Amino acid sequence: MSSEWPLWEIFIRGQHGLNHRHVGSLHAPDAEMAIRNARDVYTRRNEGVSIWVVRSNDITASSPSEKGPLFEPSNSKIYRHPTFFDIPEEIGHM
Amino acid sequence: MGAAVETVDRTAFVDWLQRIGDSALILGHRVSEWCGHSPALEEDIALANQALDLIGQCQLWLGLAAEVEGKGRTADQMAYLRDVADFRNALLVERPNGDFGQTLMRQFLFDAWHIELLRVLKTSSDPRVAEIAAKAEKEVAYHLERSAELVIRLGDGTAESHERMERALALLYPYTGELFIDDDVDQAVAAAGIGPLPSSLKPAWEQTVRAVLAEATLTWPGEVYQHKGGKKGVHSEFLGYILAEMQFLQRAYPGATW
Repeated sequence: MSSEWPLWEIFIRGQHGLNHRHVGSLHAPDAEMAIRNARDVYTRRNEGVSIWVVRSNDITASSPSEKGPLFEPSNSKIYRHPTFFDIPEEIGHM
Repeated sequence: MGAAVETVDRTAFVDWLQRIGDSALILGHRVSEWCGHSPALEEDIALANQALDLIGQCQLWLGLAAEVEGKGRTADQMAYLRDVADFRNALLVERPNGDFGQTLMRQFLFDAWHIELLRVLKTSSDPRVAEIAAKAEKEVAYHLERSAELVIRLGDGTAESHERMERALALLYPYTGELFIDDDVDQAVAAAGIGPLPSSLKPAWEQTVRAVLAEATLTWPGEVYQHKGGKKGVHSEFLGYILAEMQFLQRAYPGATW
């Protein structure tokens, strides 16, 4: 057994109706303790109404070397952005 | 001021408030000693939060004690300008931090008592007591969840953590009996409906502690010799060292403020 606690990624929902947002990571022996630690580390100033914890190892991330194939093709497809609409004056800033 | 307060002996009421406030203060100070020294960053912050909770509660209890006393003292003066014999905290909370297991075991044994006390105090005949208890109860409910979970994990952890938790229990359990002794002060306060008789909290405390120890694969110590004296002002040698550190600034620079 490893003597090091595993790493957990912490997601906190700041208000009802908002999404959980990644706020950071911490160490804890298991999921329940990760929630308690997250409460103590990340919600001291009343930042949250809900906490999610996920083992960092369980997150599958895209690799930086795949950046080209993954993201570049969308660069040239400007028609996917809603930038071709004329916005009436009265609407103002959207 | 509630009618109950008129019927209770004022000296007894002040003494009783100091018992609760001083236990919170001394445990808060003990826990704060871990700040910057905990085995993990997460524990460090958790313990600092908890210490602040307890010191915040102490401020309310000692503030009320000073108000009831009516001699114009403040919570700060109660905390920083009394000497060992005037402190009324339970002996349990002045025990040294020891290793992390001992700190957690002390916390758990205390939290399990603290929560039962506060639950009853929420219905106190004195609304000021009931209000402080309602605020503190939420904090202490979390303290108990946390300390219980860690006691379970360390008790039922590795061979070494188990052995250390057994040792911590054997060291600290003999300081829990005092929490449930009824004396004349408790009788007076209970008669006025302000607080419970300490002995009445024992069954619920024992149920919590037994359940957690069982899950932690630790042995319930049963009937063993119990130390007492803290709530009467008879303390172990450790309290003097705590006060020396805690009160240094006010003693060396009387009246110093931020």
